[in-house]
Amino acid sequence: MLRLDNVTKAFGGVLATDAVSLDFSPGSLSAVIGPNGAGKTTLFNLISGKLKPDSGRIVFDGENIAGLVETEIVRRGVGRAFQVASLFPSLTVEQSLMAAVLSHRREMLRVAGRFETAGARTRAHEIIDMIGLGAVARTEAAHLSHGDQKLLDIALALALEPRLLLLDEPTAGMGPEERWQMIERVRGLWQAEQMTLIFIEHDMDIVFEVAESIRVLVYGAVLAEGTAAEIRGHPAVIDAYLGVAEGEGP
Amino acid sequence: MPASGFVRDGLVGIAVFVALAVAYRIIPDPGIHDIILKTCIFSIFALSLNLLIGYLGLVSFGHAAFFAAGAYVFGLFMQSRLVDAESAWAVPLGLGLGIVVSAALAAVIGAICVRAQTIYFSFLTLAFQMVLYSAILAAVPITGGDQGLMGGFPKPVFVGIDLTEPGHMYMFCAAIAIVCALILRQIVESPFGYALRMMRDNPDRAAFLGLKVKLYQWIAFVIAGAMASVAGMLQTLLDIGAFPEWAFWAKSAEPLFMILLGGMQTFLGPVVGAFIFEILNAVVTAHTRYYGLVLGVVILFFALGLRRGLADFVWLALRRRAKKKAADA
Repeated sequence: MLRLDNVTKAFGGVLATDAVSLDFSPGSLSAVIGPNGAGKTTLFNLISGKLKPDSGRIVFDGENIAGLVETEIVRRGVGRAFQVASLFPSLTVEQSLMAAVLSHRREMLRVAGRFETAGARTRAHEIIDMIGLGAVARTEAAHLSHGDQKLLDIALALALEPRLLLLDEPTAGMGPEERWQMIERVRGLWQAEQMTLIFIEHDMDIVFEVAESIRVLVYGAVLAEGTAAEIRGHPAVIDAYLGVAEGEGP
Repeated sequence: MPASGFVRDGLVGIAVFVALAVAYRIIPDPGIHDIILKTCIFSIFALSLNLLIGYLGLVSFGHAAFFAAGAYVFGLFMQSRLVDAESAWAVPLGLGLGIVVSAALAAVIGAICVRAQTIYFSFLTLAFQMVLYSAILAAVPITGGDQGLMGGFPKPVFVGIDLTEPGHMYMFCAAIAIVCALILRQIVESPFGYALRMMRDNPDRAAFLGLKVKLYQWIAFVIAGAMASVAGMLQTLLDIGAFPEWAFWAKSAEPLFMILLGGMQTFLGPVVGAFIFEILNAVVTAHTRYYGLVLGVVILFFALGLRRGLADFVWLALRRRAKKKAADA
């Protein structure tokens, strides 16, 4: 599904991604963890085309996508949501999703016909119902609560019907209860949509509970990979990241 | 009701046309006719610029380049005798040629300008406009240099329209302005128009939804440029000439002022702004030489007092009231 071969990216003299090789199997649910500055978001930026790797290959469905621009990678089926929800403040939830659906159908270049009647409303409302934003469908993105903004961010990516979805800290900025609701929703979506999902997360309880497999990044390099049980007991991971207060997270 | 939006706008357009025709009959004052006529011409100019500023979020400081391009191409064509001076085809062909040439110019300039973003985009548009201005000044044998395009040209009658008649000219400009407004309205309410709003709000996110941001920006730039040329051509028809000041940077400031006065979030804001601008122009210049001073104070009132253009201000107030009503109910 997705394979990274020796992917390297440096900013100045700093290796943000240091010869990373990773393999994600189709339909898997994986977490990427690591301390701040470990290069987790940089990894997502490389996979999604926001950044170009200095060297290495990123193979998605058998094709090397390293160096393609983000629009080309999106069109191949890679969706993405952001650590800080990245939205269109002046558009309502409904309009944002209709636009994302039309973009997926490659109909956004049309100047004939009206946007509001372009036939994307039904599909947009399917996604709204699936993610649970029905109550705020006509609210502008700028006026949504923090949690709803994060949900809309994910919903925008879902509208593209991605085969690979990258979620950068879906629970960032949420209270404990809200976090679990969020991650359960994400897990539900993953099961329903049967896609490959990779998420970055700082809350170790969530990671160990939800992820099928875990990749640990430290200083841009892969420190460990494995299941929750394997990572929990991994001496180098405990040493570098989890510390003695394992389970509470940083 | 799939076509309801377009049909409704079309009906509004027809109603406005009829209203302007009636106004011409019942108000005999040529000074008022002149204000309405110029408002029509400058509405096209300001509306086209607002496609970039209000909907796309790119501020062009060089929009008059296309106003002037249309004006000179049309004027030169009418003087060229390429088409028989009495031919009914002369004016329509000239208008078509002006649009095509200006669109081509916008395609070239736009392709370079959209590579830069934000303030750098603005500077590039300004630079290209000043290149055009210098070229017009330098090419004296063709353009007449700083004297402008002199000598006039005939305005042959076509499909019963005699543009030498003030009434015909008035209705012709009104009709063209309404058609241009309807075209722009359709564009901003189409899927393409919403893509522009997305790029104004968050171009990075638009790219992650698969939209090629620079392609959309470029297309919008070409549309806006072609539309601005129409305003320039109507001005040329009115003045029977073209002048290098139309390509000067100060000319680009005029539609910017109109957008500031009228508002950029409401579709017709620039039209309201053009109307205020022309009224100010007529009233103030009749009483004092310090036109710039008065205009500056008025703009300060809108920018610092209302913090938005007039149409935006009214629209927002109406929406707040409707929301309050809904909340009370």
